[in-house]
Amino acid sequence: MTMGWVDTILQGILLGGLYALFATGLSLIFGVMRIVNLAHGDFSILAAFLAVVVVETAGVNPFLALLLVAPLMAALGYVLQMLVLNRLLGRGVLPPILVTFGLSIIIQNALLETFSADSRRLDPGGIETASLSLGGGLAVGWFPFITLGVAVLILVGLQLLIGRLSVGRAFRATSDDQETAELMGIDNRRLYGLAMALSLGIVAVAGVFLGIRTTFTFSSGPDRLLFAFEAVIIGGLGSLWGTLVGGAVLGIAQTVGAKLSPGWGILTGHLVFLAVLLLRPQGLFTRRRRIS
Amino acid sequence: MTLLSVRGLSAFYGGFQALFDVSLEAGEGETVAVIGANGAGKTTMLRTIAGVLPVPASAVHFDGAPVGGRPAHELVDRGIVLVPEGRRIFPSLTVEENLLIGAYRGRPGRWTLARVFELFPVLAERRRQPGTNLSGGEQQMLAIGRGLMANPRLLLVDEISLGLAPLVIQDLYRVLRVIAAEGITTLVVDQNVSQILPLAQRVYCLRKGAVSLEARPADLTRPRIAAAYFGE
Amino acid sequence: MRPSALQIERTTRASRLGAVVATLALIALLSLPAWGGPSAMRMLVEFIALLVLAQMWNLLAGYAGLVSIGQQAYVGLGGYALIVLADDLGVDPFVSVPLAGLVAAALALPTAALVFRFHGGYFAVGTWAIAEVYRLLIASAPPLGRGSGRTLKAVFPLARETREVTTYFLALAVGVAALAAVYVFLRSRYGLGLMAIRDSEHGSDTLGVDVFRVKLAVYVGVAFGTGVTGALIYLNLLRISPDAGFSINWTAYTIFIVVIGGLGSLEGPLIGTALFFLVREYLSDYGAWYMILLGTLAVGAMLVYPQGLWGMVADRWDLRFFPVQRRVRLDRNSAPRGRDAM
Repeated sequence: MTMGWVDTILQGILLGGLYALFATGLSLIFGVMRIVNLAHGDFSILAAFLAVVVVETAGVNPFLALLLVAPLMAALGYVLQMLVLNRLLGRGVLPPILVTFGLSIIIQNALLETFSADSRRLDPGGIETASLSLGGGLAVGWFPFITLGVAVLILVGLQLLIGRLSVGRAFRATSDDQETAELMGIDNRRLYGLAMALSLGIVAVAGVFLGIRTTFTFSSGPDRLLFAFEAVIIGGLGSLWGTLVGGAVLGIAQTVGAKLSPGWGILTGHLVFLAVLLLRPQGLFTRRRRIS
Repeated sequence: MTLLSVRGLSAFYGGFQALFDVSLEAGEGETVAVIGANGAGKTTMLRTIAGVLPVPASAVHFDGAPVGGRPAHELVDRGIVLVPEGRRIFPSLTVEENLLIGAYRGRPGRWTLARVFELFPVLAERRRQPGTNLSGGEQQMLAIGRGLMANPRLLLVDEISLGLAPLVIQDLYRVLRVIAAEGITTLVVDQNVSQILPLAQRVYCLRKGAVSLEARPADLTRPRIAAAYFGE
Repeated sequence: MRPSALQIERTTRASRLGAVVATLALIALLSLPAWGGPSAMRMLVEFIALLVLAQMWNLLAGYAGLVSIGQQAYVGLGGYALIVLADDLGVDPFVSVPLAGLVAAALALPTAALVFRFHGGYFAVGTWAIAEVYRLLIASAPPLGRGSGRTLKAVFPLARETREVTTYFLALAVGVAALAAVYVFLRSRYGLGLMAIRDSEHGSDTLGVDVFRVKLAVYVGVAFGTGVTGALIYLNLLRISPDAGFSINWTAYTIFIVVIGGLGSLEGPLIGTALFFLVREYLSDYGAWYMILLGTLAVGAMLVYPQGLWGMVADRWDLRFFPVQRRVRLDRNSAPRGRDAM
């Protein structure tokens, strides 16, 4: 009996890996630029559809397609920031929210027009069903395991970048004090472009992995944003590893909820999010600052 | 040779005029003092030279070229470095990282992390601590060190002794002498007139956004300074 | 002490003209059932509903600075409250409309308690998260029809024409009341406080404006207005489901209307709603393209001309049909002379 619960929790943790992938990009952007990209989820779905196109045209494995799609999305992120979002700097909180919301609607409708309302899935040729036995009747799917592994790898990479590299210092400095960072010779615009490129590159990975794991449609984006947001808040702002924990907590809430009653999964996740918001609004691992 | 030449500079914060037709010069290797009461426009002038405020290109000439209105990050490349009022140390960076970020543009020169630590041994001691853990005086040293890491040709220091104890101020002025001896052109804003005058080859006094005095320190008397500072 | 030499002036010549135009329009609208048909009435109910939603969101985001993308929660709640009140509790369906607004307002209080912990972009996502929670809760409640929703049955005994005309007049009443309420509020000193907060939250805080309470009051008031509108919409449509009532499209439409028409003005949403209807009419054959167009226009407006269409017009010709600003006018007759002059 308990094995069932252990299995459920394990599934939740692995699901958390996927959510952490989604949450990382969102958290990075907010940390560096104080912008919430409302089209974040939609960009991940865009990436998934791009992967579909690559897979169907070139006949390659989705993982290979990702090698093309991720840099493409990163480039898109850079261009988006330089041409559109950088123009909104210094104008307060309203414009970025409205513009990214507009982009979200545009992307969804453009995807609908291009790919119709059919649901799609990416087929990696077997690995998504393969499982690894852990003994005692427990088994985990290889793919969720890989997803978690990739999430951890990306987080480690990001942590190293931010902690050791010059550009990572620049991110932290700009996040602290944008004006003084300029005095150091840091071109804020280019830096923001780089941050957005990273964010969309990572979210492309998230989108493709999602597309392998489950079916998706043009309207799957907003839910991804929501889960990413919840993972960030549960984990606590300003902490990359907190995002992983937040993702895991959300994942567990969803899998446990779904086990209690099918169809209750997502709602349970929302309720846990609200509970954290109510009882510990700074999240589980906050560094400083409140939620603003 | 004149390194910095400011001519007819007027600066605005929106509709509010902060500088009225200011002109100023700094020869290469000189130390220039800028004094004046609060709100006289000293910080505004420094920020304008550093590229934080928009002005016409011809208003500021550096090394013979018009640089007015160019963005701050571009001016760092040319060697114009501002040590801002209030130090503005980055809280998310350690002491060492604060220094390293000063070298972001990678301008070649003699100032390295090792040399800065030599100049400010206390910074070496605290290199791994968050920059804002330091005392006021230490933060000012860190801010200056950070500026030096950019290997400036023109170092602008805003309100160097603000809020600091006399002993610390002496230390800082010792450092300024070392910097001057290196041949770095320095523009220093300070309200501590007695400390800064001995160091400078030229003095400007600002009052209400305009230049009220321009002289060599040797030619100055107390009454003349007071008159320029406070007005008749 | 000499009487003040400064007058505070609020009407403009344009506003007097605007009042005339508005009165004429009102007369035309009141007589519509006589010369228009049922489809014209239905369309106007929809127009008014969108207009009120836009005015409400405009008040919330453009004036109070609370950018919510979760207002669809109150549309859905209003719609469901209507059905529960009218069908289950036997209240007159038309009376249920304002009552549904009260239900929405009541639920806005605990919602605000949660959501006000956020600011800026995270506030926006937070409001949307809560809307999703409402949607999912209702979609799992059997008495509320779960995923398939419910039909409003309480109006069946009425003759079709009676229902349509009464709905129409109710819509008119809601529209006029909402516009009047927003206008009066903004001209009151609470409205002045709100605009002060919008321009500088910190500054107005130090002047004694209770920022939190004003924002909360506006949030709850807007929830009321949105809930009433939601009830009105579903009185008109007769059938509600969780996906329809809590659809993000309600927010998308209102945001596009307000941004393109002009954020932070009363006239903007009017123009925006008209434009929205036009675009939808002409592009309805092209599927999702009209949303792509609207989205692009909205993004374009934010980038290039944030005051929207109305802002472009108003700034050019200094027009204010619904003046909410106060002009300071120097009264020449009482200007200080001679010795009294400084």
